[in-house]
Amino acid sequence: MFLINCPYCGERDQSEFSAGGEAHIIRPKQPTELSDDQWAEFLFMRKNIKGVQLERWNHAHGCRKWFNMVRDTSNDKIHAVYKMGEKPPIK
Amino acid sequence: MSKNLRITNDKFIDQTSRISFKFDGKTLYGFKGDTLASALLANNIHLVGRSFKYHRPRGIMTCGSEEPNAIVQVGNDASMTEPNTRATEIELYEGLVASSQNCWPSVNFDVGAVNNFFSPLIPAAFYYKTFMWPASFWEKYEYFIRKSAGLGRSPTEPDKDFYDHRYLHCDVLVIGGGISGIIAAKTAAQNNLNTLLIDDKNKLGGTTLFQQNECFKINNTYSSEWLKKEIESLNLLQNLTIKTRTTLAAYHSYNYLLARENLTDHLSLSEKQNKIRQRLWKIRAKKVIISTGAMERPLIFNNNDRPGIILSSSIKKYIDYFGVKCGQKISLFTNNDSAYETAISLNKSGVTVNSVIDIRDKTDSLIVKQAEKLGIKIYWKHTVVNTSGYKRINSIDIMKLSDDGNEVVGKKFSEDCDCLGISGGWTPRVHLFTQSGGKLKFNDKDNVFLPDKSELEQISIGSCNGDFELDSIIKNSVESINEFLNINNNDYKNLEIVCSKELDKKNIWLLPSDKPLGKTKPFLDFQNDSTATDVKLALREGFKSIEHVKRYTTTGMGTDQGKLSNMHALGIIAETAGVKMGELGTTTFRPPYTPLTFGTIVGRNVGEFFDIIRKTPIHDWHVENKAEFENVGQWKRAWYYPKKNESMYEAVQRESKAARDSAGMLDASTLGKIDIQGSDASEFLNRVYTNAWSKLEIGKCRYGLMLNEDGMVYDDGVTTRLGENHYIMTTTTGGAANVLSKLEDYLQTEWPELDVYLTSVTDQYATVSICGPNSKKILSKVIPDLDLSDKEFPHMSFKNASIDNVKCRVMRISFTGEHSYEINIQSSFGKSVWEKCFEAGKEFNITPYGTETMHLLRAEKGFIITGQDTDGTMTPVDLQMDWIISKKKYDFIGKRSLYRSDTIRDDRKQLVGLITDDPKEVLEEGAQIVSETNKQPVEMLGHVTSSYFSPNLNKSIALAVVKNGKKLKGHKMFVPMKNKTINVTITDTVFLDKENKRLNA
Ligand SMILES: [Zn+2]
Repeated sequence: MFLINCPYCGERDQSEFSAGGEAHIIRPKQPTELSDDQWAEFLFMRKNIKGVQLERWNHAHGCRKWFNMVRDTSNDKIHAVYKMGEKPPIK
Repeated sequence: MSKNLRITNDKFIDQTSRISFKFDGKTLYGFKGDTLASALLANNIHLVGRSFKYHRPRGIMTCGSEEPNAIVQVGNDASMTEPNTRATEIELYEGLVASSQNCWPSVNFDVGAVNNFFSPLIPAAFYYKTFMWPASFWEKYEYFIRKSAGLGRSPTEPDKDFYDHRYLHCDVLVIGGGISGIIAAKTAAQNNLNTLLIDDKNKLGGTTLFQQNECFKINNTYSSEWLKKEIESLNLLQNLTIKTRTTLAAYHSYNYLLARENLTDHLSLSEKQNKIRQRLWKIRAKKVIISTGAMERPLIFNNNDRPGIILSSSIKKYIDYFGVKCGQKISLFTNNDSAYETAISLNKSGVTVNSVIDIRDKTDSLIVKQAEKLGIKIYWKHTVVNTSGYKRINSIDIMKLSDDGNEVVGKKFSEDCDCLGISGGWTPRVHLFTQSGGKLKFNDKDNVFLPDKSELEQISIGSCNGDFELDSIIKNSVESINEFLNINNNDYKNLEIVCSKELDKKNIWLLPSDKPLGKTKPFLDFQNDSTATDVKLALREGFKSIEHVKRYTTTGMGTDQGKLSNMHALGIIAETAGVKMGELGTTTFRPPYTPLTFGTIVGRNVGEFFDIIRKTPIHDWHVENKAEFENVGQWKRAWYYPKKNESMYEAVQRESKAARDSAGMLDASTLGKIDIQGSDASEFLNRVYTNAWSKLEIGKCRYGLMLNEDGMVYDDGVTTRLGENHYIMTTTTGGAANVLSKLEDYLQTEWPELDVYLTSVTDQYATVSICGPNSKKILSKVIPDLDLSDKEFPHMSFKNASIDNVKCRVMRISFTGEHSYEINIQSSFGKSVWEKCFEAGKEFNITPYGTETMHLLRAEKGFIITGQDTDGTMTPVDLQMDWIISKKKYDFIGKRSLYRSDTIRDDRKQLVGLITDDPKEVLEEGAQIVSETNKQPVEMLGHVTSSYFSPNLNKSIALAVVKNGKKLKGHKMFVPMKNKTINVTITDTVFLDKENKRLNA
């Protein structure tokens, strides 16, 4: 079980968190101007990387804040956590 | 107790306190400190079970957690009996009752043993191949096979014991209290690190604890004497916590570990009373030191499974620790030096050692020389080719090995014995290391897998890391600990260590016999009864991957996870397939390391604590008034209130009629309530609901439909504007938590610019709903000063009011189609307001109704229930609710998806009403709908989502989703059931009061 460093609360057990999929997928500002394909790209298509991935997490049973995480899916190493709206700290 | 099998040995066993216990119905005696296994051996009982497939007699083989044979059922109480426990791990206590598990009807006469005579007919994968027989065959055999397959008996009544879970945080966790673990724990604690040392035995010290051999000395004393002082010195360390009888069950990522502490299993039945039986420790350790040691391997040769064949190091522990002789005339069979330690211990205790059969050429290590000096006979370069004795070994056949070790040569000769010790070398216990995600490497010299790379803050030290000799164990452990903890401990630098060094090594995975392989039974996995022959057969049949061979032959698939068998299975596969061991990979060891009881896993989360139960503030009233309850999520909701002997149907019919004829009341407190505040609250609602919110006046309510981004209906409910920047949203009962987190997600991640704050207030308010033509009169009695005229307080509006000086919010909204009010008041006043309304309504025969009547009433009006009439594939258009989709709004969640090519198909399933031709015929919810009766197969056009008999319309009504349903109004359809076909007509979804006259009645 992971030990996750919530940017607002500090280190907490994974059981307090829920995962929210790939990060940095921005909801289009003008959805009505998109073709079906473009909208489908936003709606359905997600990467599933073996390796370093940027993910959304929610401290659901804590401060309820959403934040982002840099995690290596091949060994579950969490390289960094950062707040919503911030740039990923590592490439 | 057979007196002559015990020697005087009072170090670890209290031979003054005798303990009585029962095994297979027979009363026996042992001593305090015994395990069940050592006590049985002292009673000259070796035969403790039957093998899984061939039902061969099997005996105690080890002295620890890797035991494959001595698997017993403990206790005979229907609630406390426990299967699959290892006799080698059960500490003897007064009143212990245990029985052989894998035999029927008894261990001495076993029905399944007939399998052994037919064994050529039972090859590898026997059970898998059996599954392919016709199913009717299997049913007949199942009873017999289950009974004789020895899977143990489950308790049939709830466990009466208490179990516990606790968290523990430490700087350093040391797993295993052998010599290296003790050094590690002492070093860490001395350096101000908060340290936890755990060991699965009841005493620390590992095998060094009872090592009293001239060949193993530290500072001129026996290594055991030196270690004893080290263990004593641990008591002085304040930073150190020691937990014995504690097994590390699972090692997860981020150094999160689960350990099971046995608190009462060793106590007598009376001492156990009212105590916590086992505790699961949830440990988060900054650093982990694994010092789990190594386990001895068996040797794989013909008939190597008879009772009386025991691992050589276990024989040593039984004599040196428990004072128990495993036999009177013991032979030893080995490929390494450790069997000589056993030979010397036995010799010192007066047990006859017939001979040591060693597959190696003559070797001259210190320990071998000592054995020779004692006059112990050694057969160099020999092997055991067969054993005899059905229920206990009585002789072995020995032959000389050829130079290449592939065959036997010369003349066969026999040796009588009542016990055979076997040693095939040592396997480091790397199970926990691999559980934690660590990668192994193969070491050709010792034929062992050793820890290689790990991502975690951990090290392995001692023999679990491949150090098998006393001097290197201490030297390498100290170095690793110093580096790992970044300290410089010199305490162990100048120890004077004497130890015998192994000079020659030889390993043969499958030892040759004078008979052809197919005629022999060299067992690999004793618990699952697979032989080397089976593994070779699997390879011949085309299986290549170790995981496939394992499953096909069931090697390593028992409750012991093949702790003893895996290395040999790998060795034989590698040899046969001509690949290197390191390239073959290993099978994965999974948690738990040894089986855990369900009690330990669930801890206190049993009975009413298994899941949260949520009750409304009015719950007690429902109970007093004999309501039946329905689970809605975690909520207990009043379902219906049967009077006298009413059936559910009768009660619901009565409640439904009363609500429309006069007045009904419903506890609606479970509806989700979210308080929304902030200067952008209106804009926020515009974005999350399909309809427009900006123009909603203060004091007015509006129904809203919430979609997912894919355009499918997600939730619905009424939201009220309480002030300029203040709304209260209601959600479905089951959807409340998800809606809140979805809204938070959008607020925090997509629209952080919005000034909006969300607070869940579901539990803060109780909601009493009164409906029916007399609801206005009733409310006016409860809140006399509130103007209830349609002009002042019209449908879909709200008023602040107070009842007995307690503020409340009253909404005039309706989910039944009747004139209706909802009173929201702080929870603590919920029950008194409910009772007040009930009293006020008595003259109008106000009738409390539950969720079932609520569902019926709303169905009469064609109102949907999300989750019942929708299933995540319905758009508002599919629901014929186009009216709720704002055309003017630029965007809202899910809007773009409403005109994707798939959502604008006109042959989608759409919500319709159904009327049965026979008004008495009530459809089954979930029933399928077709348009033809004489065709097979026939296309399913849809299904019934809600169905009731309406007492107010006096006919059966239903809602359904039907392909292209909107255009099929008036069409006849068919609902095929098991015994008949029901004729139906597609209608509008609104069955009652299409003009909404009743809302203002
Ligand atoms: Zn937090």
